[in-house]
Amino acid sequence: MVGAKPSGGETVLEVRDLRLELSAKDGARLPVLEEVSLKVGRGEIVGIVGESGCGKSVLSLSVLGLLPPSIRVAGGGIYNGERKELHRLGEKSLQRIRGKEIAMIFQDPMTSLNPGMTVGKQVAEAIRLHTGASKREAEEKTVGLFRKVGLPRPETLYHEYPHRLSGGMRQRVMIAMAVSCQPDLLIADEPTTALDVTIQAQILKLMKTLREEDGTSILLISHDLGLISGVCDRIAVMYAGRIVEEGAAAEVLRHPAHPYTAGLLASLALPSKKGTRLHSIPGSVPALRERGPGCAFASRCPYAADRCLAEKPALRGVAGSAFPRSAACHLLGEEGGLANVGS
Amino acid sequence: MNYYFRRLFTLALTVVLVLILTFSVFRVIPGDPALAILGVEASQEQIEMLSEKLGTDRPMAVQLLEWFRGAATLDLGTSLRYSEPVSDLIASRLPVTLILALESVAIVIAFSIPLGIAAARRPGKAADLAVSVLTQLGLAVPSFWMGILLLLLFGLTLNWVPVSTYVGWDENPWLALRSTFLPAAALAIPQIAIVVRYLRTSLLEQLNLDYVRTARSKGLGDRAVLYGHALRNSLLPVATVIGIQFGELLAGSLVIEQVFSLPGFGSLLISAIGNRDYPLVQGLVLFIAASVIVVNFLVDLSYRWLDPKIKLR
Ligand SMILES: Nc1ncnc2c1ncn2[C@@H]1O[C@H](COP(=O)(O)OP(=O)(O)OP(=O)(O)O)[C@@H](O)[C@H]1O
Ligand SMILES: [Mg+2]
Repeated sequence: MVGAKPSGGETVLEVRDLRLELSAKDGARLPVLEEVSLKVGRGEIVGIVGESGCGKSVLSLSVLGLLPPSIRVAGGGIYNGERKELHRLGEKSLQRIRGKEIAMIFQDPMTSLNPGMTVGKQVAEAIRLHTGASKREAEEKTVGLFRKVGLPRPETLYHEYPHRLSGGMRQRVMIAMAVSCQPDLLIADEPTTALDVTIQAQILKLMKTLREEDGTSILLISHDLGLISGVCDRIAVMYAGRIVEEGAAAEVLRHPAHPYTAGLLASLALPSKKGTRLHSIPGSVPALRERGPGCAFASRCPYAADRCLAEKPALRGVAGSAFPRSAACHLLGEEGGLANVGS
Repeated sequence: MNYYFRRLFTLALTVVLVLILTFSVFRVIPGDPALAILGVEASQEQIEMLSEKLGTDRPMAVQLLEWFRGAATLDLGTSLRYSEPVSDLIASRLPVTLILALESVAIVIAFSIPLGIAAARRPGKAADLAVSVLTQLGLAVPSFWMGILLLLLFGLTLNWVPVSTYVGWDENPWLALRSTFLPAAALAIPQIAIVVRYLRTSLLEQLNLDYVRTARSKGLGDRAVLYGHALRNSLLPVATVIGIQFGELLAGSLVIEQVFSLPGFGSLLISAIGNRDYPLVQGLVLFIAASVIVVNFLVDLSYRWLDPKIKLR
């Protein structure tokens, strides 16, 4: 765990061999995340996709030290742009990073804002906390941010309570709050899941604009591969607490190297596939206690062999690809991998 | 319809219902009120005189209208025993009971909020357990007994506060406050225990909500999250409980005033009941009920400050 600190180009976040453990009520220690490694470069939008329960939220919460008390970092590390070991920082140091250097947007805008405080004040509070701005300055800046994220009548809206705003508007407030101190990295945990389809597209577009205007890196978490594929530069596919495939978004979408990614793609309702029957991956993500020694996807994988049940495949480079990408599948050891078997 | 208007309307309606109730309670007692007061050995002449004095010789409807008119003009009749207007008697005893009740409410608020916060900050830890033991104790000991204990300890043994020397509010407010402190504390202790429990539960509930995670994700510390965000939202159920408690405090003060020999409503009501002074009993009950209603009205208004969503309705 002590290992050499990561080095390299302009990264704003590096997660290395992260292992998270859940202390269950009966005293059992269950691995929630295993060997998760991930890099987010400056100005990059990295997507994380995976079904419910695969560990996307715990990964994002771990970055800011917001894990519930029952889950702890049991191995590996999390480093920010300055190579600070975030997983070892105390609460006080983390508070200086939260909202200022790394900010978060959560899934449900209906419950993520304080119902008893005006939305303007909730954003201004973050500005005052990190910049020491006066009340007036913070208010002016907030109104400007509201305008920037496309909220109507920003001056009036400042004094509204959250219940007067629609879900999409609240999520825009959340985004304004998150970018208020120009963070290097924005972690968005399913920012559109609770919203209408048309609003979803608007919010994603807004995030893309923020990246272009301010160079904010974004870690975009979703269970909907189709939704984020158009926004992300790179995509990491998670399954049962592990990253099973990772690479440039276009590449992963065109030639999935892992059967799970292929399954996710096949289950997308793409306009090009109109008329054909929708495929869905049979079965569901194994519960924390049911994760055996083999590949966690083996029970649902159409290509599973004996080896898959006995041995966990490691994440490794995929040969014959224009961009660096990797996948964790025994099939890759064979000639051509999944591409040969067909998807 | 405007919220305040609607709320005022229900307030008025409740007061009318209380008026009818207080009126009927003394009319449905079987037999002639005058007879009940004077006893079976009274002569017919005495009974007729008293009936005339009480107005009970007139038709029911007239009596009810009289009662309404009296209540509107604060003329609640004349006490049989003291031969003074009931409203004057109430006014003379009001400061004592009022100070006692308000002081108790203040003590409840001043103690239960810090204790509730201490318990909720680290659930299951030492402070939480200590608060839990104290609240169990506070709930188990009746307030009159607590009053006697406090009186013995602080009044007689330690001599910190004056005992059984009530000083008028108008004479010396500071002394008046001090001489009612022990009985107010005795009244407050069981109520503090209840409020602490509500606040603890409510705060823990709020601290688990998503917006608290949002507040932490912007970099706020534990204190800022607690005092700036969660606390106010957790006060709504607490305000309701305190409002309900006001009635209990008034009822409790009737007893505790006896323990501390305070010249408030308690001694007046007990002597009125003992002397079958019906007009006085009726007036006192009406007054106490009306104050409880008004206090709960004020609590309702406080909701609108505590919960912005209510402003819509
Ligand atoms: N507070 C918690 N206590 C116990 N277990 C938890 C807690 N939070 C998460 N877990 C467990 O950790 C695993 C990963 O959960 P996580 O919420 O990260 O999944 P997710 O990928 O975000 O799913 P979703 O799409 O439903 O949000 C799950 O098995 C879940 O049961
Ligand atoms: Mg999640």
